[in-house]
Amino acid sequence: MSDITKQTLSELVNNIKEKKLSSLEVTKAFVDRSEKSKELNTYITEDFSNALENAKKFDDNPKLDLKLPGIPMAVKDLFCTANVRTTAGSKILNNFVPTYESTVTQNIWNEGAILIGKLNCDEFAMGSSNETSFFGNVQNPIDKNLVPGGSSGGSSSAVAAQLTPITIGTDTGGSIRQPASFTGTVGLKPTYGSCSRYGIVAFASSLDQAGPMAQNVQDCALLQEVISSYDQKDSTSIDFKRNQYSKELTKDIKGKKIGIPKEYRVDGMPKEIDDLWQKGIEYAKDCGAEIIDISLPHTNYALPTYYIVAPAEASSNLARYDGVKYGFRADGENLIDMYEKTRSEGFGAEVQRRIMIGTYVLSSGYYDAYYLKAQKVRKLIKNDFDEAYKKVDAILTPSTPSSAFKIGEKTNDPVSMYLNDIFTVPVNLAGLPGISIPAGHDSKGYPLGLQIIGKAFDEQNILNIAYAMEEKIDFKNKITDWWIK
Amino acid sequence: MSIDLKTIKHISKLSRISVDEKKAEKLASDLNSIFDFIEKLNELKTENVEPLTSVAETTLKLRPDEVKSKNLREQIIKNSPKDNEDYFVVPKVIE
Repeated sequence: MSDITKQTLSELVNNIKEKKLSSLEVTKAFVDRSEKSKELNTYITEDFSNALENAKKFDDNPKLDLKLPGIPMAVKDLFCTANVRTTAGSKILNNFVPTYESTVTQNIWNEGAILIGKLNCDEFAMGSSNETSFFGNVQNPIDKNLVPGGSSGGSSSAVAAQLTPITIGTDTGGSIRQPASFTGTVGLKPTYGSCSRYGIVAFASSLDQAGPMAQNVQDCALLQEVISSYDQKDSTSIDFKRNQYSKELTKDIKGKKIGIPKEYRVDGMPKEIDDLWQKGIEYAKDCGAEIIDISLPHTNYALPTYYIVAPAEASSNLARYDGVKYGFRADGENLIDMYEKTRSEGFGAEVQRRIMIGTYVLSSGYYDAYYLKAQKVRKLIKNDFDEAYKKVDAILTPSTPSSAFKIGEKTNDPVSMYLNDIFTVPVNLAGLPGISIPAGHDSKGYPLGLQIIGKAFDEQNILNIAYAMEEKIDFKNKITDWWIK
Repeated sequence: MSIDLKTIKHISKLSRISVDEKKAEKLASDLNSIFDFIEKLNELKTENVEPLTSVAETTLKLRPDEVKSKNLREQIIKNSPKDNEDYFVVPKVIE
C-alpha cells in the first residue's frame, strides 16, 4: 500500500485492525519519511531502531482491540519517557534519562502505540517559535525559514509534514494551539485537570496541560480519549466523567450558542485575520449554530497577568536544576559558584529572563504588587468567562493575531513575541479547553486558525463544533515536500 | 518603574544565576520593557477581589504513602554529573 504516511490516524488504525497493513509497514513508512526530513530538525532524539523492533513484536502478538494498535508516534520532548533521553529542549537536561514514564505517554503506549522519537520544542516550553531550543530551530513544512510556532514546534512540524500520524504537545499559554494554527493542523488544549501532569517537565504548574495535535478533528478526539485520565500521581488531576470523545463525535451542532467576544478585535489586527473570523462565523451559522455577541472585558489584562503568573511558577519549578543529581554541571570554586555557573551556562537566554522575572515578582516587598495582583486579575478573567457561559455554549475567536513569521523576525523583542499568545493565554488562565482548527490561508499562502473555547470539562462540545466546521471549511494544507531532495 | 543594575544583581543572586556586566545590562533592558507591559494591571482596582490560586476547584486528596517504584538507585545515580557510585558528589562544603 503506497502513501502510508498520507493516511489519517483513523485510517491507519482501521487498516491495521483489518490486517491490510502491519505495524511494521506503518512504522517503517514514518521512520523512512522522518529519515528524509532531517532538514526540518523536528527530532531531538530519534528512537527509530527500537521502534521498528517494537513494531515487529507487536505484529508477532497483535492486540487489535486496542485504540492505537501498533501506531508509531513521536512525542514532544517535554514528556518523560522511561529509559529514553528527555531534554525539554535544554542544555541543562542534555543527558537526562528518566527512570519513569509520564502518565500521558503511558496511557498512549497502553493502547498499543509505539514511540519513534522525541520532538523538538522551546526550552522548557518557554517560547512561541521553537527558537529558544538548545537543539536549534525547527522548520515549518509550509515554507522554508518559517517558524512552526511554539513551544510545541517540533510536534506541529512533525504532524504537518507527516513524520508521525499524530502527536502530543503541552500548552501553558498557547503552546499547542498557536503552532497548530501556524502549520495548518488541529490542536486541543484540554481543561486543566483533564490530562495528568505527572512526568511532564514542569513549566507553570497552574497552567500546564498536555493535549493532542492532529491532522483532523476525528484523530484529535481519538487521542484525547486515550490521554485524558484521572491520576493519583497528579494532585490537581480531576476525577470527572470523561467522554468517549471519538465515538460520541457528531456534526450536529444545531442550536448551539456560540459567543463572539468583541474584545478579541485587537488594535492592529491584520484584516486577513478579521476576515477569517467573519468567515468562521458564517461557517458556524451554516452548521446551524446561533451567534451571540459577548464581552470578555478583562481580555487585555490576560497577557500581563500571564507574564507574572507563569514566570513566578517557572522560577520555583526550575529551582531544581542545580547540577547536582542530574543534568549539566559547570565547574565552580565552591558549591554556590557551581550552582550559579551551572544555571548560567545550562539555561538559555529566554529561560533565564523568565526565571529573573519570576524571582523578582515573588521577592520580598514585591509579592503583593505583582504576584497577588496578578492572581486577583486572573480571578476577574475567569469571572468574565463564567459570565459569558451563562449565555453561550462556546466561544469562537481567531487562534493567533498573525500567520507564521520568519525565523529570526521576533527574537530580539520579547514583548512582540509574547503578543503571539494574546488569544490563547486567557484560556489557560481560566483553565478552560480550547481547540485550534485550520480555517484558511493568508495572502502568502500560510495557514490561519480559528479557536473554539469551551466550558470546563466540555471537550466533547468544542470537538463537535470543530468537527462540524471542519467539514464546511474543507481546508487543504499546501505542503510541497520542499525539504526532501 | 525602572529595574537598575543593582536590582538585576540582587535577583541574579536570588535565582543562583551568575551574570556579568554585559548580560546584566541586557537583562535590565529586557526586564524593563516587560515590566512596562505588566504595569497595565495597575489600571484595575482589585481591593475586593479574591485571588485565584488554582482553577481546579478540588480539595487535595490523600493517598496511602506507599513505595511503588522498584529499586532505581543505580539508574538514578547514573544521571548525576559526578558521583562515586554511592553518593552524589559536590564541591567541598565544609573546610
